[in-house]
Amino acid sequence: MQRIREILSGWLREGQADRVLGWKKGELPGMREPAFFHTEKELEELVYDRFCGPNLSKFLIAAGEKPGVTAVLVKPCDSYSLNELIRENRVRREQVRILGVPCKGNVDPRALEGKGVLAVREEEEQLMLSTLYGEEILPLSQVLLERCRVCRGKKHAVYDELLDPGQEEGPAGADRFAEVARLENMTEEERYAFWQGEFSRCIRCNACRNACPACNCRVCVFDGPAFDSSQKANAVPFEESMFHIVRAFHVAGRCTDCGECSRVCPQRIPLHLLNRKFIRDIDTLYGPYQAGEKDTGRSPLTDFTTGDCEPGAWEGA
Amino acid sequence: MPVTEEFSPKIVAFCCNWCSYAGADLAGSSRLSYPAEVKIIRVPCSCRVNPMFLLRAFQKGADGVILCGCHPGDCHYSTGNYYARRRMTLLFSMLSYLGIEKERTRVEWVSAAEGARFAGVMNDFVKTVRALGPCRRLEDVRCRE
Amino acid sequence: MQRIGVFVCHCGSNIAATVDVEKVVQAARGVPGVVCAQDYRYMCSQAGQDLIRCAIREEKLTGVVVCSCSPRMHEATFRRAAEQEGLNPYLVEIANIREQCSWIHKDRDQATAKAIVLMRAAVEKVRRDQPLTAGKSGVVKRALVIGGGIAGLSTALDVAGAGFEVDIVEKEPSIGGKMAQLDKTFPTLDCSACILTPKMVEASQNENIHLYTYSEVEEVSGFVGNFTVTIRKKARFVDETRCTGCGVCMEKCPSKKAKNEFNCGLNTRSAIYIPFAQAIPNVPVIDTENCIKMKTGKCGICQKNCAAGAIDYTQKDERITREYGAIVAATGFQPIGLQAFGEYGYDRYPDVITSLELERLMNAAGPTGGELRCPSDGRKPKEIVFVQCVGSRGQSCRDKSYCSKICCMYTAKHAMLIRDHWPEMNVHVMYIDVRTPGKNFDEFYRRAAEEYGVDYIKGQVGKVYEQDGRLKVQASDLLDDRQLLLNADLVVLAAAIEPSPTARKLATMLTASMDTNDFFTEAHPKLRPVESPTAGIFLSGVCQGPKDIPETVAQAGAAAAKVIGLLSKKELTANACTAQPDEGRCNGCGECEKVCPYGAISYEEKEMRVPGKTEKRRVARINTALCQGCGACTVACPSGVMDLLGFSNRQILSEVDAICR
Repeated sequence: MQRIREILSGWLREGQADRVLGWKKGELPGMREPAFFHTEKELEELVYDRFCGPNLSKFLIAAGEKPGVTAVLVKPCDSYSLNELIRENRVRREQVRILGVPCKGNVDPRALEGKGVLAVREEEEQLMLSTLYGEEILPLSQVLLERCRVCRGKKHAVYDELLDPGQEEGPAGADRFAEVARLENMTEEERYAFWQGEFSRCIRCNACRNACPACNCRVCVFDGPAFDSSQKANAVPFEESMFHIVRAFHVAGRCTDCGECSRVCPQRIPLHLLNRKFIRDIDTLYGPYQAGEKDTGRSPLTDFTTGDCEPGAWEGA
Repeated sequence: MPVTEEFSPKIVAFCCNWCSYAGADLAGSSRLSYPAEVKIIRVPCSCRVNPMFLLRAFQKGADGVILCGCHPGDCHYSTGNYYARRRMTLLFSMLSYLGIEKERTRVEWVSAAEGARFAGVMNDFVKTVRALGPCRRLEDVRCRE
Repeated sequence: MQRIGVFVCHCGSNIAATVDVEKVVQAARGVPGVVCAQDYRYMCSQAGQDLIRCAIREEKLTGVVVCSCSPRMHEATFRRAAEQEGLNPYLVEIANIREQCSWIHKDRDQATAKAIVLMRAAVEKVRRDQPLTAGKSGVVKRALVIGGGIAGLSTALDVAGAGFEVDIVEKEPSIGGKMAQLDKTFPTLDCSACILTPKMVEASQNENIHLYTYSEVEEVSGFVGNFTVTIRKKARFVDETRCTGCGVCMEKCPSKKAKNEFNCGLNTRSAIYIPFAQAIPNVPVIDTENCIKMKTGKCGICQKNCAAGAIDYTQKDERITREYGAIVAATGFQPIGLQAFGEYGYDRYPDVITSLELERLMNAAGPTGGELRCPSDGRKPKEIVFVQCVGSRGQSCRDKSYCSKICCMYTAKHAMLIRDHWPEMNVHVMYIDVRTPGKNFDEFYRRAAEEYGVDYIKGQVGKVYEQDGRLKVQASDLLDDRQLLLNADLVVLAAAIEPSPTARKLATMLTASMDTNDFFTEAHPKLRPVESPTAGIFLSGVCQGPKDIPETVAQAGAAAAKVIGLLSKKELTANACTAQPDEGRCNGCGECEKVCPYGAISYEEKEMRVPGKTEKRRVARINTALCQGCGACTVACPSGVMDLLGFSNRQILSEVDAICR
């Protein structure tokens, strides 16, 4: 932590960055909020620990409208989101200075919900909780976010400096497509029931849209007049499905699978399963593709080969 | 409940102007019949068809949506149908993943010279959708009359 | 407030017999915004158009829906009528109630109901139409003709004759095409070379025509009036500017085993060669596969013997990029390969030949000096059997479904010429039908059969085989209903013709459509037979469908007339239905530009006013002269900011709504 502050202070001091985008403590125990830091003094509030889940990439779009360079902390999976934003010309590479920080997996704050947590600290892969009802110890491996349980690697797609080089190799997580495959193996009837069950909880709070780094349109189609689609609350099941289908389609080929959508959903809808379905289909049909791996080139949906699979020939499972 | 009348599905067919719409015209001038349930919307190219259009059709109670374009390699705009092919492959797969029967969506390549094929495709598609019955899974019930 | 007029056409009985026109009119009157609805017997007639114009004037219409035949037929007619009355032509929409309704449905109630739905969808579309103005673009006053056979040459000569510059690209070392290989032509028996070579010479000497022989089109971009084409001029290894065409190199070339393509492989040629005596340009080309110098680095005899110093082994392919206003496809044909037709023994017996090979065997400049000899041993044949429709008019996958059209007549020609020169030879023709429509064609065929004693037998050949050193043709005589076993010294197969295999690749580059047989599709089979549906692309000769020489020349002339018409225009009206971004909402992400086939999208840094300040944003910009209106960008845009004029999101959605009602 000290080293992070030293590096960033250096950048601010030497004029390599005009502000820093990082995390600070939130109001509740275990909560971390994105924050801008402008001075070395402010940097004292900067934290980086296992609770720093929020992907900061998307804030760089707004930061880019300010003059100067924004320094940013990125975890390995965040770096893909950032690189994709650079590919889409939403973030200018020269306006950001990227410090790649290693990641051992983020804690799912929901694992602490309902426990009456008063304070929490991390100790040797364990969380020590003091709660209204006494002390509790949780092994970290049990409280990781879903995306961290299926972690795809510790490599940064883009950075100016790495905090701990040589940590690129991490243990592979579980198969991230297992749940997609489970759904694929269901009947259409069962899948319909599954998704209706999930979508019916949607309150159209737009948290997924706001957190998603790929959902970076100036004006979302769901807020614009072009498609008559600007209803806010879901009145009928159609609108729930519609919103999520369209959102997933709009980010297909651009979604890096950062998992923010599911992390922020207050209704715990497994939204990442929609994106992962597209990713799995794209990988299978058009060859493995990781959005954000490169900062130039075509995404799978703006590309083709003459021999692509026909829609009717794709079983989808 | 006894079935008193054969189910008449609503079918929306998006046809590209250069090949499929002309193929439909040829089916017409050759007097090759296909069910009247099929209503064609002319678009310049299959790549003009936005997934939003298909979803809208289902929202409004369509029972099947078919997209017809030039054969791959023959697109009037050279590459439009290749993009349409990827988009629709993924979209259809997603719809099926959400539990919407995949037989309700289809892409067919029909050239301007394939009037008979156009009629054949439409006959087959209507038959398939008719067998599935009404599509309720994406319908917005408020849109019913 | 919208004031929409709906006009329902009876099309005689074409529509009215199946669709209750009166009901459609009644229904239209009930649609909000429709202020007038009328029907008429022939809306496309002058009286019908006047009816629409009158309504536009008197009812002050803001939009017009014509329920009639396909918009591909008369959309332009009705739009013109509206324009003449001062209504923007893009405020006219067609509901196709003929091809897509009355002609395909039998049940009157069903057809009427569908016609009403189609009418409503068109009204909803017109309600959301906006007046559009098409942009203008210039015309490059130069045409490109792809293919230097009789079709391409005729088109080029006609276009050049009108004062426009023309480039001809020919993939072979010489212009002339298939006609140069023919001996005589039906039905007049003119010598093919005698009528073709003057045309070739004319083309080479015409100052408006530039020949790119041994060249291929590599890349095409742009659009009507403004194509940019890259031509690859393959290395000949002979400097065209120095070569005098003396022919010493060919004489001295030690490698003389190469198959002579011009003579259908019936004899051989040197590795450095001119395909035939009258070739234009009269400049040899080195066939690298057979050249000893090219293969081993040792030889160089031709270079040593070339007094002009024209041989250059280091010559490289050259790429030329030029702009054209019009492009003519004249890529011609080839006989099909006969590998799949084992029963005729073409691959097994040298004395089973194709008709094109027979042309060479009968030609004075051919491998036998015009003496008809069996290729196997050079003896004079006595019994000759012609087999018609080899691969034409068939149902199986090896066959072409179409009639190759020229075979009946050239076989009659061959048979007649053989009987004329060598009356001692017997000629049998196995045919399915003899088809002789054409000026003096049937007379010609009857002369062959009646005056020259050619033995026409209606029936099919089952098999050709060898027995005791002699070919036997097993066939059935359908008129006498008996099996035949004919002796033959020579069997001549009338192989089907197919489009040049280069045509498919070219069609993709030109974005010109093709039919299932790889013939180019015409814009309209009857009314626009020499134009491709892709604007600025024209069709000449067999690349559009089987034709004989007079038809080819006629079509070549027609294509030339269309090219001249295009090149004579001062400016072209561009596509009005272009993409249009909502700049204020554009992310500048670049997805649209990636899918645009015309390079019509670029990005600019634009000052945008937002509340409280001005900021610079990267936004998409459409070049409306280049945009052809496909709409690929509209879907690629993640925020749905790109729309297509004339086929807008809201219009298509409203059509969907009307249909699903």
